[in-house]
Amino acid sequence: MYSRLYKSIISAPPLLWVGLFLLLPYALMFAHSFWAVRDGVVVHEWNLRNFHTLISNPVYFEVLLRTMRIAASVMLFSLLLGYPLAYYLSFHAGRRKELLYQLVIVPLWVSYLVRGYAWKTILGSTGVLNGFLQYLHLTQEPVGYFLYSPFAVVLMLTHIYTPFVFLPIYAALEHIPRPLVEASQDLGASPRSTFFRVILPLSMPGLLAGATFAFVLSLGDFLAPLLVGGPSSTMIANIVQSLFGAANDWPLGASISVCILFITVSLLFLTERVEKRWSFK
Amino acid sequence: MSEAAPSSQQAALAAGAPLLKIQGVGKRFGAREVLKSISLDIAAGEFLTLLGESGSGKTTLLRLIAGFEQPTAGELWMGGERLDVLPPHKRRVNTVFQQYALFPHLDVRDNVAYGLRVKNTPKSEISGRVDEALDMVKMTEYAGTRPSKLSGGQQQRVALARALINRPQLLLLDEPLSALDANLRKEMQGELKTLQREVGITFLFVTHDQEEAMALSDRIALLRDGALEQVASPREIYAHPATAYTAQFIGQTNLLRGDVRGGVATCGALRWPSPGPDGSALFSIRPEAILLADGAGTAPNTVRVRGSIRQQIYGGSSELLEVDCGNGQILRVRIPAYGPLSGEHDFLFTAADAILVRDQ
Repeated sequence: MYSRLYKSIISAPPLLWVGLFLLLPYALMFAHSFWAVRDGVVVHEWNLRNFHTLISNPVYFEVLLRTMRIAASVMLFSLLLGYPLAYYLSFHAGRRKELLYQLVIVPLWVSYLVRGYAWKTILGSTGVLNGFLQYLHLTQEPVGYFLYSPFAVVLMLTHIYTPFVFLPIYAALEHIPRPLVEASQDLGASPRSTFFRVILPLSMPGLLAGATFAFVLSLGDFLAPLLVGGPSSTMIANIVQSLFGAANDWPLGASISVCILFITVSLLFLTERVEKRWSFK
Repeated sequence: MSEAAPSSQQAALAAGAPLLKIQGVGKRFGAREVLKSISLDIAAGEFLTLLGESGSGKTTLLRLIAGFEQPTAGELWMGGERLDVLPPHKRRVNTVFQQYALFPHLDVRDNVAYGLRVKNTPKSEISGRVDEALDMVKMTEYAGTRPSKLSGGQQQRVALARALINRPQLLLLDEPLSALDANLRKEMQGELKTLQREVGITFLFVTHDQEEAMALSDRIALLRDGALEQVASPREIYAHPATAYTAQFIGQTNLLRGDVRGGVATCGALRWPSPGPDGSALFSIRPEAILLADGAGTAPNTVRVRGSIRQQIYGGSSELLEVDCGNGQILRVRIPAYGPLSGEHDFLFTAADAILVRDQ
């Protein structure tokens, strides 16, 4: 048995860390969302005006809706790329498995910013993609909507989050005992039927985890719209950033953050409930 | 071979043709030859056991028949139809897997119904056949249970029902009892044998346990290093092992190296008539074929041995003696429970009990 003193010494640093850098900021954020700003100074008057502004001004709702649409697209495209990739690696890659796995992981080592700038070079009007299309005479002049558009934001985020979606799905697929797949074939199920009746249901927890990653991470992203998105692809985190920065309205920014936090936490709660239904151990 | 292959399976069976023909089947994994040209016929309704040590290739042979692996040589035929060219889901063969491989996300009823569902059997028919199958393995009351909540024996029954509901022509069983504890294993052996007799389906059973093979099989095919060592009924393979390996693998035995000359075998001081050809020879004598013969007279064609008791192991109904016959010759002798023995005693066996075996 460990002594009480030992236990408190061991647990103090992490508790302190969490308290100081997580709980305290959350509490401050929560408090700010009920305060107001007067003449550029935060005044500690408890009120609901910030939340009222969010509801009455359609801009916020519109941006939030767009953000969720972008996040949902990123989630969908990452799944469409990540699942087949994970499935191929787990079931059919054979000896190339290790190499391909590393190739999927390698982009994670490259800075987010570098990848963002890379997309700028690829998608810009004098960029690689437009140059190539013109070289092939498929287009006569640069295509404008490649860059500074919701399309570019979805593309960049999909590129960044596909490995995050791939990893949990791959782990789930690797954990499916192969005799189950053989048993299904043995009982007369075609490969297609085996996929839908055995492999997909058993990989559901990984699929849900991956989808949640892509959606939640995209929801809070502000760099992709800043780098490759135009004014038409401003996301909710950009609004928060400008409210805390240029607009100097911390209480309103905090109230938006509280809303996003609420959405994220309920989403995580929901997926955890669904995931439990799909685990069989 | 001028006759064409029988056009239908019925014709093939009526002609007394085997259900499954394994013709010169070999399997290589890279440089490793796991199976070396196996040829074996399995009759309809037979309970045949593939017996062998781990690594002997028995599971590989089963997987070739199920279709999970492709043979690198030879052909498989079932009921007059080429089997090895079909994908696993098109073969009328079902498997009971070693760890049962029940679907963890489906309850017992859905596990059993799986084979019928994927073949689009009408719903009304499925429900009746599932009830029947669950009843057959006495698992009706667990229909709504998930596999993870079942004991090993119960999972075993579900795996059997899930395979048999498809009415396969051939059921493959891959060490299905090895995960069960000893008592349950004995019980399931009995049930398995009864079940096979009731459903009349051909069973191809894989095990490394020779006792299990003896208890269950109509015939045993002993595999050694990817080749068939001997195929015979349990009684035949025990009483007349063809090789020293078989004699030692199935039951216990004494191997005596001797010389045959002019119809007489000589082994140290022992001599007995033997029909074998002249030259060096190896004989297998089962421990229970040697009798304690203090004071008995010598009958014709019996061999008398005198030796001292080195060790006595009491086994309830019988006891096993280790008898030192001099010249380093140790004989193992199994006699009915007798009581403590010591010192020198006479033993005898008949010439017919010394089985000439190939030395390999």
